[in-house]
Amino acid sequence: MVPLSRARQQVLPGFGLTLGLTLLYWSVLVFLPVAALVVQAAGIPWHQFVQTMAEPRVLAALGLSFGGSALAAGLDTIFGFWVAWVLVRYRFAGKRLLDALIDLPFALPTAVSGIALTSLYSRHGWVGQWLEPLGIEVAYSRLGVIMALMFIGLPFVVRTLQPALEALDPELEEAAACLGAGRWATLWRVILPTLGPALLTGFSLAFARAVGEYGTIVFISGNLPGKTEIAPLLIVVKLEQYDYAGAAAIAGVMLAAALLVLTIIHRLQSSYSFLRG
Amino acid sequence: MAAAMVSKSPTDTGLRATARCLTEPWPIRLALILGTVLFLGLFLVLPLAAVFTQALAKGWGVYWAALCQADTLSSIWLTLLTTAICVPLGTLFGLTAAWCLGKFDFRGRKLLLAMLDLPLSVSPVVVGLMFVLVLGRHGWLGGWLESHGIKVIFAVPGVVLVTLFVTAPYVARELIPLMQAQGTEAEEAALVLGANGWQTFWQVTLPQVKWGLLYGIILCNARAMGEFGAVSVVSGHIRGKTNTMPLQVEILYNEYDFVGAFAVASVLAGLALITLVLKTILESKAARQIALAQARGQKMTETGTPEQASVVYGDPTSAPMRKRIVLSGDRIHEH
Amino acid sequence: MSIEVRHISKTFGRFRVLRDVSLRVETGELVALLGPSGSGKTTLLRIIAGLEQPDPGSGPILFHDEDVADQRVGERRVGFVFQHYALFRHMTVFENVAFGLRVRPRRLRPSPTEIQQKVEKLLHLVQLDFLADRYPQQLSGGQRQRVALARALAMEPKVLLLDEPFGSLDARVRQELRSWLRRLHDEIRLTSLFVTHDQEEALELADRVVVMNEGKIEQIGTPDEVFHHPRTEFVACFLGQVNRFSGRLEQGKVHFASLEWEAPECALLESCPVHVFVRPHDLQVAVEPNGQPALGARVEYIHAAGPRVRLELRADTGQKLVAEITQEQYRTEQLTVGSRVFLSPQNIKVFPTQAED
Repeated sequence: MVPLSRARQQVLPGFGLTLGLTLLYWSVLVFLPVAALVVQAAGIPWHQFVQTMAEPRVLAALGLSFGGSALAAGLDTIFGFWVAWVLVRYRFAGKRLLDALIDLPFALPTAVSGIALTSLYSRHGWVGQWLEPLGIEVAYSRLGVIMALMFIGLPFVVRTLQPALEALDPELEEAAACLGAGRWATLWRVILPTLGPALLTGFSLAFARAVGEYGTIVFISGNLPGKTEIAPLLIVVKLEQYDYAGAAAIAGVMLAAALLVLTIIHRLQSSYSFLRG
Repeated sequence: MAAAMVSKSPTDTGLRATARCLTEPWPIRLALILGTVLFLGLFLVLPLAAVFTQALAKGWGVYWAALCQADTLSSIWLTLLTTAICVPLGTLFGLTAAWCLGKFDFRGRKLLLAMLDLPLSVSPVVVGLMFVLVLGRHGWLGGWLESHGIKVIFAVPGVVLVTLFVTAPYVARELIPLMQAQGTEAEEAALVLGANGWQTFWQVTLPQVKWGLLYGIILCNARAMGEFGAVSVVSGHIRGKTNTMPLQVEILYNEYDFVGAFAVASVLAGLALITLVLKTILESKAARQIALAQARGQKMTETGTPEQASVVYGDPTSAPMRKRIVLSGDRIHEH
Repeated sequence: MSIEVRHISKTFGRFRVLRDVSLRVETGELVALLGPSGSGKTTLLRIIAGLEQPDPGSGPILFHDEDVADQRVGERRVGFVFQHYALFRHMTVFENVAFGLRVRPRRLRPSPTEIQQKVEKLLHLVQLDFLADRYPQQLSGGQRQRVALARALAMEPKVLLLDEPFGSLDARVRQELRSWLRRLHDEIRLTSLFVTHDQEEALELADRVVVMNEGKIEQIGTPDEVFHHPRTEFVACFLGQVNRFSGRLEQGKVHFASLEWEAPECALLESCPVHVFVRPHDLQVAVEPNGQPALGARVEYIHAAGPRVRLELRADTGQKLVAEITQEQYRTEQLTVGSRVFLSPQNIKVFPTQAED
């Protein structure tokens, strides 16, 4: 009827004060450092930038960070859908506990999950000792990196899919059943397409988290340059060598990627709230 | 009464789904459930169990002694200090941001909302690097700081600053959708009744969002205590001085002091478990506040007033939102 | 305490919500602002309350001839009942009603005992004393409505403003509350202005009705005046059902649908195209022509459940019409679907057609 928004500005007090404080805090704490990185990265001559990026070690690290994250996020999407489905659709003892546990990777400090996963999957660990005879090496390998990335990304997928699944109108499936579709056909042709935006959002969130992850990975990866080294670690290495330009170049790429994913997520979420009506 | 309605809704859906034969045959269901339990058990519970087992591998005495090392104690102290600074500031910032972004509409609001997530999307290591670029020896302000004898990077202030950065959005993210869903009618009513701005805020706004606020604080606290990557870049790892608990875990682990590392880790894991419990409790309470606001918001949309939260977050940092969507359907009634 | 606004305009972005509105409500009156959604009625009410600022250049807002336009919302001492009541969910009914007293500056604040007595008195007035300790969520819609009213009255307002007071209630409660509010108003005689889109509510409850459309006031008058003597086409259409004919005015006579009608009130107008409005109960239905100018029609539907019988008719010109007759006439004339009838309009309203039509 009437846009309330503008009316609020006049009646509710404190708009100027709070907006001012917010902007001040945000500028000093967030925009200033981001600007510093952008300026530093933009100041690198083009050829030097290309040179840094073309180093095999850098390429390998970026490849592992982005490729591994995409793979881990993809696996998270599959397993996350399964978990979300079970948690939303079925009732069983211990469901609430399981549901609460989903957030564990998010609540657990990354260093803690890092050493925990490493000790589990290392040669003498609870799980590692069973895998070793099979020739599967998890700790200090790319497999371990992907495993750890999956670990930290899982809650993002499950928590995105749960509300979407819960909001799914039962009538949709009833209609499909009435039209003669089996459960499998309903899943593929009705449920998954409807959940499309939510699946993509979950994937993007898990991916974004995985690309930037550091704490969990440094322990389990073994940090072999060119093999299991991830981009954030390479930034740390460059910093320790006082190669600020090199660190800023890689960080600039990662910041750009983060902004891109952030934009995509916001787009997805608005389309998805729109779809929900 | 409303509470009863809320808690009833999942049962309703459950009954509905089974009653209408729209579920899978029981062997498949059983397999799916068992698969999930097994997967989550292996994937999530096992690492947690490993932390506590390793920490106590040599008995309680060794565990306790490991925790009481001077360096470890000082890392606990630094973590507590950082948290004590970051959580109140993050809360204050969250409240101011939520007030202007949740209750008002203005040009640039959408952009600000999107920017709010920035600290959560940037890699912690990149965050650390940014601060080094501003405050480090060769950074923008580094020279000035050095000439005044102020040490920020590789010192405690740096640790606090990066933690402020990474924890900044949590409270705001919880409050903004909540305040937006609740609209401004209650505040307007208070103002018409003669309350001033502060009275309106303390007596009307704050009680309506208190669970969401607490929830945000819990998340903010968890991140402040557990942050590793960003802190690792700026702390300089000076033992007994600039090491927080997660950094202490790393150092001890790299020195093959596994009991020590896992002992500190077990404290952090314990905090994480407490966080999870509080989160689960607060989540349902916050969800109820949102659901009520939503139920009202829906009535408003029916009568044509554009009043609905447009922000939807779907990640663990914002779990009440997911319940909100569930409860916002026709299953909740205020009557 | 009278309310008067002069030359109020309000724009939201490019959307002009109010265009130069002036209105005066006399002391002790109960006035309805009636209009469809988007007509600006709620905005006008909120401007009077101080919840919105009128555009710069608007005239004064006077309470008892004192300009309050510069006063903040809390200083104006208006009782405002929100459409969705805006009860504070974390406070009991008692605390809600006491809020306006408790937030007063210390020197103006009544003592706790006084507040207690006052709130109890008000809850008694709205017949809710037994619910003082409940929370709003535990009340029915009608009860919440009355709590909102008691809360507004607690601050001893100079005027009472109600935004769609019965908008979110179901039909039966709405009816009860309507007569209750009328009685309450007669008892306390507080100058009141309420917004509604329900014409029946406005006509039944108000001393005077202000009909608004597209940010302008179309007509102000008693319910009788606006219903029986609509001044504009919009008012005629908005208040109750009408049959509309296109016709022509020539030398004081209206020609429409093959009929010719004396229109003395239009005698001074030049000949022009007009719209003619006839209310369903003003279309006299006869089975045989009775000498009066009449319009042939056929009965298409009969709605007989109700105090009066509504006939949907198709005129010989092809136009769809609605007529209302008494149950008695319906029975004696034995009308059925397909019956041929003759319609003679009784009271017609003639409005010159706007140029753009």
